[in-house]
Parts: sequence; C-alpha cells; structure tokens
Amino acid sequence: METQKTALYEYHKSLGAKFVPFAGYQMPVQYSSGIVEEHKFTRSKAGLFDVSHMGQLFIKNSANLSTELEKIIPIDLKNIKLNQSKYSFLTNESGGIHDDLIVTKVEKGFNVILNAACKENDFKIIKDALGNKFELTLYEDLSLVALQGPKSAEILESVIKGVSSLKFMNGNNFLYNENKIYITRSGYTGEDGFEISLSNKIVEIFVKTLVSKGAQPIGLGARDTLRLEAGLCLYGHDINETTTPIEANLKWAISKRRREEGGFLGYNKIKSDINGELSRLRVGIKPLGKIIAREGTKIFSYDGNEIGSITSGTFGPSVNGSIAMGYIKYDFIKPGTKIFLEVRGKKHEANVTELPFYKKNYVR
Amino acid sequence: MSEVKFSKEHEWIKLAGDIATIGITKHATEMLGDIVFVELPEKGSSVEKDGNAGVVESTKAASDVYTPVSGEVIECNQAIVDDPSKINSDPENQAWFFKLKIKDNSEMNSLMNKEEYDKFAKENGS
Repeated sequence: METQKTALYEYHKSLGAKFVPFAGYQMPVQYSSGIVEEHKFTRSKAGLFDVSHMGQLFIKNSANLSTELEKIIPIDLKNIKLNQSKYSFLTNESGGIHDDLIVTKVEKGFNVILNAACKENDFKIIKDALGNKFELTLYEDLSLVALQGPKSAEILESVIKGVSSLKFMNGNNFLYNENKIYITRSGYTGEDGFEISLSNKIVEIFVKTLVSKGAQPIGLGARDTLRLEAGLCLYGHDINETTTPIEANLKWAISKRRREEGGFLGYNKIKSDINGELSRLRVGIKPLGKIIAREGTKIFSYDGNEIGSITSGTFGPSVNGSIAMGYIKYDFIKPGTKIFLEVRGKKHEANVTELPFYKKNYVR
Repeated sequence: MSEVKFSKEHEWIKLAGDIATIGITKHATEMLGDIVFVELPEKGSSVEKDGNAGVVESTKAASDVYTPVSGEVIECNQAIVDDPSKINSDPENQAWFFKLKIKDNSEMNSLMNKEEYDKFAKENGS
C-alpha cells in the first residue's frame, strides 16, 4: 500500500518536520525544536497536533442503533447525552480489545474516532456487527487536529467564539469562516484541550491561524511522551487483542450498567476479571535511575522471578525522569513495590507507582 | 596538535600522544534527537575497534555507541551521565564520552578527516 499523507503534509514539511511512517501515513515525529521542547511547550502553552491519520467514522441514526452498537462497545449508549463524548473500546470475543476509541453522540447519530492502524479493520467489524441496516461513513475528506495545553481555550476562543464554554468530554458544532466544524473538549496529553474536525480544504488556513495566535505544531514524538506521562494507553502497545479492559486498568471505561448487564462481546471474560480472577494488571513503573525501559523489557520480582513486562517506556520531560507502564502479576501491583527491570542484560531497580506520572489538568 | 578523525558510525576521535578522546558527532546528535540517557564503558575495561562501547538513548530509541579504535578505557565523562542533554548542546567538545589508551596507532588510518566525514554524513544522513 502506498504511504498516505494528511492534508497538512506540505505544511509540516515547510516547517522542517522530520517524518516517520506511522500506520501507513507519513507523519511528523518532531519539528526543529525537538521532542523535549515540544513536550514542554504543550504543558506550558498550547501544542497543535495533526491527528488526521486517525479514523473519523460517522454512524447515521436509525432504529435500534444504540442497542446494536452496545453489542460491540461496552458503554451506555442509550443514556449518553447529545454532544457527550465517551472513551471506550471495540471488544473481541475473548474480552480483548480490537481498538480503543472515542464515541460522541451527535444529532444525527454517533461520531467515532478510531486509531489509524485499526480503522479499516474497525470499519469491517462495526459493519459486520450492525448489518446493512445502518449507514456508515469513514471520512476521507475530513482532517482532525488537536490543540492541547493550558493556553488552548484562550487561543481557540479568539478564533471560534463560544468554544471555551465546552465542558471536558463534550462537543458541539461551530462555524469557522462559514464552514461547519465539530469541536470536542478532549485530547490525549493530560492537558485541557480540544479536538477539531474540519474539511481538508480549510485545515491548513485554520492551523496557520492558530499558530499565529501562539500555538505551536507538535510531532508524534512528544505526543507519545505526553500521553505516557498522563498514564494513557497506546493501542498495539499497552492494550491489544489479548489484554482485557480490566487487566488494562480501564474498568472505568465500561459503563456501570454494562458491567452488570453485559450483552457485549467478551463479557464472560471481562465479568470474571471484574470478580477478582485477575492474574495481571497494567501499572505505572518508575526506574530509580535514568535507565529507559522500552517495550518488551522483562520485569522481575525482588527475589528474581519474572513477573511481567514493559509495554511503554520513555523519558518524561515534565517529570524529568524515566517512566514506564507494563503488565505485572497481581501480587506485585501495590505502589511502592520494589521490582527489577532487565535492560541489556543488567537488572535495574524500579518501583511500581500510581498512574498518572503527571497530574491531569482537565476542565470539568 | 592532532587532527580530529571520524568514523562511519558517527564518532569523533582526537589523539594526543597515545591517549584518544572519543565522542559522537553533531550530525549524530541531530539524527538521534534529544538524548536522555547514556551508558559508558567501565573504566579499566578494554574495547576493540568497531566494538560496542556504550549506549545513548533519545526520547525515541536506544542506539549503540562504537569505538573507532582499540584500547583501554582510562576515563569516562561522568558529566554527560549526570546530564545527558549536554551531548546535544556541545557534542564535539565538552560532551566527550570516554578516553582510551590506544593499542595500535595504525587503526587511525582508516578513519575519515573532517572534510571526508562531512561529505559522508551528508550522503548518509536522514
């Protein structure tokens, strides 16, 4: 398959971005200032991310849509409010995760944001589950940009009146130069921020306007360090087809009614996980030194038994140290538990810690 | 005053008598991005030409460091271990990695001079 480019590719290029192939797209991993500076800029001001590679799916409302969708997504779609967003997943039969996603209830149906690498497969799964009764559109002509950081509301409000009154995980329609766009107050950095869905035709001028107001383009590299500091999962690494939402410590993303009633794929496994038959859990891990524990690093107990492995690890610029997440045997999940990480044949001391590493700044 | 030489693995080496100071090039740091961790060989250990002599990690990934010549490690730069960001700010001067008492002066012959390295880096850079 040919590598795809987002509508902002030439703009990234003009800024001197370094590109990497990601989920079939050429994406900017960093710009000239580098990952650490970009990360800190997002935490202190406002970072602008091109996330147009992600899938933007619209499912048009028709009889029983909520009932049908609830069979594959474990949230309460019957009682979700208009313009409310929820984080959830597409589960599989064994309780694993096909993908994590954000569902937003809109006037004419549901908007679903999907991971780039999974979107084609997700579309098939949803289409198969819903049958031919519903109209599904995976938009190719829409871009998605995220504006994240403490200055986001002020900057976006200066371009689009009214956005700053949105509450976290809520959205609405807005007008930009007479174009209808959809904005949610959400993101994946642990900061206050917005995700803006708009036509490919106007995205470059929109982004340039935000930059002129003080936002700065940020690459995928800093997006990764930001989300890891915020304790958020990256699909294909921290969660996948073999991890259940309960093992992933994401029970909160399954609505209470759904946890009790079930009626979605993999419920038997998820129910038994909820009822305490858990063998492992995703936890935060902090090495004592500067050593970076990358994905796949083996975790050992203090007495030398292998008890798990790292799924994400990097340097956290805002916590100024090495951070990681991984799955660990249930007996060792208590924060403060001393463990060892094996990196290049040597064992390094680390502690199990609470997540997130960096406290979230959401506007409730 | 000895000339600085360069390897294809993007290390620089400066020889004074039989003592070589080795680090990574500015070009290497630009390819790596922000360096957040460095592991150096142990003082007193022996390293072989083109062999492994440490690790640098950026926010993105880990990369091996090689030694362009053989010798005994006589000193390591603790300052870059304590603050790896120094490697990005001054790679070819203050942020040297280690010093070797070299074994065989002729190993220097296969290395590139500045002009040759700049050309090599331009052709092999990303």
